[in-house]
Amino acid sequence: MAKQLTIFVENHPGRLKSISENLCKSGIDIRAFTIQDRGDYGLLRLIVDKPNDAYLAMADVGCACALKDILAVSVPDQPGNFHKHASALAENSINVLDAYGFVLQPHNTGVCCMEIDKPQMAKAEEVIKAAGFTVLEDEELYGL
Amino acid sequence: MADVPFWNREIETAERSRLQELQLQRLKTIVGTGATADDVFQNMMTYGLFTGGLGLHYGAERVGMTVIPIGGGNTKRQIQTMKDFQTTVVHITPSYLLHIHSRMDEDGICRKDLALRKAFIGAEPHSENTRRKLQDLLQIDAYNSYGLSELNGPGVAFECVCKKDMHLWEDSYIAEVIDSQTGEVLRDGQEGELVLTNLVRRAMPTLRYHTRDLAFLYPEGCDCGRTHRRLSRILGRTDDMLIINGVNVFPSQIEEKIMKIPEVATNYQIYIDKKGALDRLTVKVEIYPKLFLGEVAKLEALRNKIREELQASITIAPVVELHEPGSLPVFEGKAKRVVDKRPKD
Repeated sequence: MAKQLTIFVENHPGRLKSISENLCKSGIDIRAFTIQDRGDYGLLRLIVDKPNDAYLAMADVGCACALKDILAVSVPDQPGNFHKHASALAENSINVLDAYGFVLQPHNTGVCCMEIDKPQMAKAEEVIKAAGFTVLEDEELYGL
Repeated sequence: MADVPFWNREIETAERSRLQELQLQRLKTIVGTGATADDVFQNMMTYGLFTGGLGLHYGAERVGMTVIPIGGGNTKRQIQTMKDFQTTVVHITPSYLLHIHSRMDEDGICRKDLALRKAFIGAEPHSENTRRKLQDLLQIDAYNSYGLSELNGPGVAFECVCKKDMHLWEDSYIAEVIDSQTGEVLRDGQEGELVLTNLVRRAMPTLRYHTRDLAFLYPEGCDCGRTHRRLSRILGRTDDMLIINGVNVFPSQIEEKIMKIPEVATNYQIYIDKKGALDRLTVKVEIYPKLFLGEVAKLEALRNKIREELQASITIAPVVELHEPGSLPVFEGKAKRVVDKRPKD
């Protein structure tokens, strides 16, 4: 299962810089990131090459951060594929708590990262595979 | 320890006679402002254990006023009621009256729709400038009021038509002003802590009660002819009690609640400012990293929990801000956790 690093960030200038500085010092490579905005704070979610090292680097400086299991699905970058993916989940009543997508070059590999309620995680993985998609493991995701 | 009854018939009889005396005291208080039985009195103080509501309610009935026991809050309904009942006198905190004024436009109600002529303003300290502002904005007379729940509530001291600070009812209270450090009784005119002894209560006498309120007494009489000494505006407190929209709050009440919540780290800050005319309380807490799970739903549940716990304890629902661990100011020695940004006009 792929890991996502989630970091609690206050919403004011300079906060992202202090995080990026720390990750940079620890030699962490960022594949993707997104911010979930809640007004006075946000959650920075990162896909990185060494999630455990990144977690320790942030926890060491006192950050509130967490490593979470996510479902990372490789979805070829073609029209209709996201629909097919979403339909498979819908038909099986699987709820997505949160999701984001990105495309990795040079092979046009679409990746959909999803947070799913723990009890539904195994079933979601099964359903996605049955629909013909590949669920990426940690190393595969970071090695793309 | 002997089993002392909390309440019995003897106490009840004593308390009933006390209540009648209190009603008389408040009748004197209200009449002193020129209000009469022809007035319609809208009491916007909270009813219940806070004495602001029921306290003046009975006095106003004794005067013969039409009393609208509307209680606090719900601004739209307050304004509509002022219009529908042609309210002439309100009992209210000064900040809430300013707020009501700012909301009148929004509700399409202007000054000429109202019959308002007087406001009894109390439950929070305010300056002469605030009084003038209220009087000018609403074209009314505003009278300052002093009281405390421990000593019968509103009407311990009240302004008369002359508006030269508050007559302290010396037939009901012995008033002293002391140096709060040494306990020495000060001369009239000197600022210190107000100490009150209640002469009208029988079931629960209160002797030399240290109010923690800072003020001074005027020795000379008043143009209205009353000879009781007058009490100045309240100039501050000898302790750290905060008054937020008329509600008394000790920082320790807030600390006790938030420190019980495991997801909150040990550092926090109490921040008070103004939003429009009203006070706004913000409680800033740092989240505890070990219990951070990276879920927005959990963080928002934490925010709501803090807000609800505090509302249950201090009756005010604060704004709750979640902060990064280690981000709030840390102080050497005694932490300065209260930041009060309200203008001191």
